[in-house]
Amino acid sequence: MSDRITKCFAKAKAEGRGAFVSYLTMGYPTLRQSEDAVDDLVAGGVDIVELGVPFSDPFADGAVIRSAAYKALENGVTLDDVLAAAKRIRAKHPETALVVFTYYNLIFSKGLEAFAKAAADSDIDAVLSVDLPLEERDELLDVLKPYGITYIPLIAPNTPIERVVQSAEGLDNSFLYIITVKGITGARAELPSDLTARLDAIRAAVKIPIAAGFGISTKAQAEVVSRHADGFVVGSALVKRLGAEGKIEGELLP
Amino acid sequence: MQPKGHFGVYGGQYVAETLMGPLQELAAAYDEAKKDPEFQREFQEILHDYVGRESPITVCKRLSAHLGGATIVLKREDLNHTGAHKVNNTIGQALLAKRMGKKRLIAETGAGMHGVATATVAALLGMPCEVYMGAIDVKRQSPNVERMQMLGAKVHAIEEGSATLKDAMNEALRDWVTNCDDTFYVIGTVAGPYPYPDMVRDFQRVIGDEARRQCLAKFGRLPDQAIACVGGGSNAMGLFAGFLDDKEVKLVGVEAGGKGIPSGEHAASINGGRLGVLHGAKTMLLQTDVGNIIDTYSVSAGLDYPGVGPEHCYLHDIGRAEYSVICDDEAIAAFDDLCRFEGIIPAMESSHALAEAIKRAPTLPKETILLVNLSGRGDKDMENIMAYKKARGLKG
Repeated sequence: MSDRITKCFAKAKAEGRGAFVSYLTMGYPTLRQSEDAVDDLVAGGVDIVELGVPFSDPFADGAVIRSAAYKALENGVTLDDVLAAAKRIRAKHPETALVVFTYYNLIFSKGLEAFAKAAADSDIDAVLSVDLPLEERDELLDVLKPYGITYIPLIAPNTPIERVVQSAEGLDNSFLYIITVKGITGARAELPSDLTARLDAIRAAVKIPIAAGFGISTKAQAEVVSRHADGFVVGSALVKRLGAEGKIEGELLP
Repeated sequence: MQPKGHFGVYGGQYVAETLMGPLQELAAAYDEAKKDPEFQREFQEILHDYVGRESPITVCKRLSAHLGGATIVLKREDLNHTGAHKVNNTIGQALLAKRMGKKRLIAETGAGMHGVATATVAALLGMPCEVYMGAIDVKRQSPNVERMQMLGAKVHAIEEGSATLKDAMNEALRDWVTNCDDTFYVIGTVAGPYPYPDMVRDFQRVIGDEARRQCLAKFGRLPDQAIACVGGGSNAMGLFAGFLDDKEVKLVGVEAGGKGIPSGEHAASINGGRLGVLHGAKTMLLQTDVGNIIDTYSVSAGLDYPGVGPEHCYLHDIGRAEYSVICDDEAIAAFDDLCRFEGIIPAMESSHALAEAIKRAPTLPKETILLVNLSGRGDKDMENIMAYKKARGLKG
């Protein structure tokens, strides 16, 4: 099993910052552009890249990522395409942790064993499935484990602390993705006022790192979050910028 | 004994983490309400005084004689207030919402029947109601949109994806995940995450329980077959629930074959689909080779859903129920037959179940009783049926 995710967080900590986790919908605006954008993200300081797989029914996503997914599907991009792109990305970025970010049906449909094999072949570090809670995840985790691939659990604002602890159990080389608000993905002007206390409570309860996401789009927000979490996630803001400009150059966050 | 929420390999709770809390709260509240005589009394009272239950069973004398075989008997859910079985479930869920202190109802709808039934009970209980409906369905079912608005509900037309029922359900889930503290999501069928498949079946089982009692009273015995159409499968599950323990009663679900399974244009998830995960449950799904969900097709908007209730998949696997396919043309012919032989205008959905009975009847003796769930009335379908016939040069 690789320990890339653990190393990414350790490196960020040593540098006195939160680990930068970013999300892109692969295939948007084109597969090539999303693949090239990963180079920009890594150059801009991103530690962990979530490779979003487009799904026909993105019920957990806000408008930005949904329209990106529909465009990527029009481009014919599939899970296999994303895994093939991941292999090329891996060759260029040996230290960047790569996460397949998906709805469960896409990997279930491929067959869990076939998926795990292909993901291992692309040297994927982890899988995050938005609709696979604690109660249902074992069938996937059991298949991923022999291939050295870990799982990233989502934690919601209404997840009780005991459940947060259970979610982190048995996971190495992983982190908890803390959803900052009830709702769907997308940038928000303000983060909830009780977020920092919540992050402190979670961080005190689990051994693996935690990263907060949903609604983070500025450097200022990322800095606030990084004082109370080990990392932060930026998704929609980068997807939107890539869609508008065709690439992501220079400073990643305003 | 199955673990809670699972029917064999089917079912479960495949939802975003934010919804796990609300689902656990719902399951606990439902367990309590189910055992509370006062809740059951209020539910039964509204079914009786407001919906007009019990609905009768009707022997189709002329149609059965015409077919020259088995006796076709209808369970008349078309006679319910709002014109379909959907209201049984929305009353149950809205009462539960009130009991849980929820302030707002949301629902998805395809043909609009579940939307109308939710808007109706929202008005009855004085709760605000918002209904999500695919933009294509809003156009093809405009009378139901007007009914919902008349009843005080806000209807959102969903333009994205395939702009049909599955997209409406996606948007309802987005609303729920954002507003779960004060909002109750009224799901219209036996699909979705646990506890919905169990809860909706229980609220609909009044259909099967009544029909069983009525058959015994009228014929002195149980029907030989109980037949119902299956989209998501709530009317069928409601009917089947009354007969599950009567092994001698054959249970028959009828899926929408559209233009035929080989054409790919259908909504038959069990007969033409593959195991997958959507909208909170593991179930049979119409999907592409790579796992994206396919747009379904049926002349009947109410059967137009790419998935099916997990319990149906399980009953199919264990052989307790069988699932057949009826195509558009057969359903339309059955619709015509019921209009002309019995003076009953059935919903296009229910016409699928009826068509299956019409197919089976001629080969069976007169003593055989085929109980068909006439899940709704066909007033809403007039325009579509006329257009369908005109396009094919059939007589109105």
